[in-house]
Amino acid sequence: MIRPLKKLLDLGEKQFTGSGKFNRLKPLFDATKTFFFFPSPKTRNTPFVRDSLDLKRFMSFVLIALTPALIFGIYNTGFQAGLAQGESYPFLQSFLLGSRYVLPIIIVSYAVGFFWEVVFAVIRNHKISEGFLVTGLLFPLTLPATIPLWQVAIGISFGVVIGKEIFGGTGRNFLNPALTGRAFLFFSYPVSMSGNIWVAAKNSVDGISGATALSVLAPEGEKITAVLSNSGFSLSTLFLGFVPGSIGETSAVCCILGAVFLIITKIANCRIIIGGIAGLSISAMIVSLIPGGSDSWMAAGPLFHLCAGGFLFGISFMATDPVSAPATDAGRWIFGFLIGCLTLIIRVGNPAFVEGTMLAILFMNVFAPLLDHIVMKYKASKRIPNV
Amino acid sequence: MPEEKINYREIVTRGIWKENPVAYQVLGICSALAVTVKMSTSIVMGIALTIVTAFSSLIISSLRKKIPSNIRIIVELAIISSLVIITDQVLKAFFYDISKQLSIFVGLIITNCIVLGRAESFALANRPLASFFDGIGNGLGYSLVLVTVAFLRELLGAGKFLGFNIIPQFIFDAGYQNMGLMVLAPGAFFIIGLLVWLKNSLPGISKPETYK
Repeated sequence: MIRPLKKLLDLGEKQFTGSGKFNRLKPLFDATKTFFFFPSPKTRNTPFVRDSLDLKRFMSFVLIALTPALIFGIYNTGFQAGLAQGESYPFLQSFLLGSRYVLPIIIVSYAVGFFWEVVFAVIRNHKISEGFLVTGLLFPLTLPATIPLWQVAIGISFGVVIGKEIFGGTGRNFLNPALTGRAFLFFSYPVSMSGNIWVAAKNSVDGISGATALSVLAPEGEKITAVLSNSGFSLSTLFLGFVPGSIGETSAVCCILGAVFLIITKIANCRIIIGGIAGLSISAMIVSLIPGGSDSWMAAGPLFHLCAGGFLFGISFMATDPVSAPATDAGRWIFGFLIGCLTLIIRVGNPAFVEGTMLAILFMNVFAPLLDHIVMKYKASKRIPNV
Repeated sequence: MPEEKINYREIVTRGIWKENPVAYQVLGICSALAVTVKMSTSIVMGIALTIVTAFSSLIISSLRKKIPSNIRIIVELAIISSLVIITDQVLKAFFYDISKQLSIFVGLIITNCIVLGRAESFALANRPLASFFDGIGNGLGYSLVLVTVAFLRELLGAGKFLGFNIIPQFIFDAGYQNMGLMVLAPGAFFIIGLLVWLKNSLPGISKPETYK
């Protein structure tokens, strides 16, 4: 299987290099080749890096970490659709039903985003960046399953072009491209991005609202935690993820699995994740002490805030994006912590946005270079001056 | 002073395209964000600014030898604000609805960087007629950007052109939605940025020209 492929690629190489016919399309050829094989040019001079973790392997590890969230997301989409029609489907049937909704979104996201990558790679004559493999999967996982496909195409175009390519491509973007695309859709098409749109079902039974846990409000005088448990959002279902929501973020377990994998393989920086969880928990505890808010999310407490919404997904996969996060350790602690605090402030403080993770991460992405700068200045000031 | 032939057409086209105040000098951005939600307001705003810039340049340029240089900003502002007040009154008298929509932004032409910028950089050093055409050129350049941005924002954000619905109902029925971001100020930022990108990447523009 592999050998004929290698032969074919070697045969084609002439056409794409030097003065070959398809010289302009060399980036496309390179990307195809290194997708299957390790790059053939070897480093000849020092320094030699013995770890073979190049950008492509780096990105494929993130894809592996996303797999649980993806599979559960597809299953849950089908499961929720079944519930909305008044039936409880078994795993396989839910999974197949979910793929009917989710797979087109992922395919459109990859196809359109890849198109823009190729366009810019050909015009600028640089390599097609593997960073897109992750962006193209992260983006659909943050969307509701009911989103129209043309909006997926517009969102990923905006994310790739405005969020990344105009700054010079992967490695030079200061915002997370997937979140940039989502933010664009969120503000452009509020009808398809918020409200009761989270359950994909053709003809649903009355009484299924399709709202997320974060939009639940308790009646006057009742406790938010009690109301949440009664309306199907108990802590354990939120933790396991059998609730409506964006495709990939409902299950806290799958996000934690992915995060642990990324931390063990040292792809993601654990400081950001731990800092973020600490930030959210501490500020949730402080806010719950404020009297008078027991009927809103103010009183929900840290565990509910962690498990509901997309916080764990965002902090594990998007805040840890090595390009848009700070590069200093102290900066990473502050970055993560402030994402947690901001998420909570947006959730409880602004009734227009029930979920704050996306805006919190984008906001802190903007501040990441500043955090690095402050940390570096501070360290330089601690140094013993040259005598 | 020796008589030189002044190429008025070149002065005007330079303001409209090559040294476009919004796309090249990046002046007057705040009003470009504020009044471009609709075509009608941005057309009126463009005309108002063109008139104010042209006449303020003309007047300042004819007074340029009389204005003491240490109080020149005050004198320039006095001239510009008189013109702006006249424009504002005319709009209120004849186009009351549009004047209400433009609200404070007509008055704020006084602080629009383009007017003072052309007065400082061109009118104080050139003859009245040349300054007048420079004002017209820059005003038209500003209007061009404003109208383009407003066209895109109104089309994408509200599906309208000059207040008329032009996107037929069956497209909405097929699932099309208006782009809400275009109605917000960031939409104008994105469009202006993309326009500048487009202008700079057109052939023949990419290299900055050297002036003799």
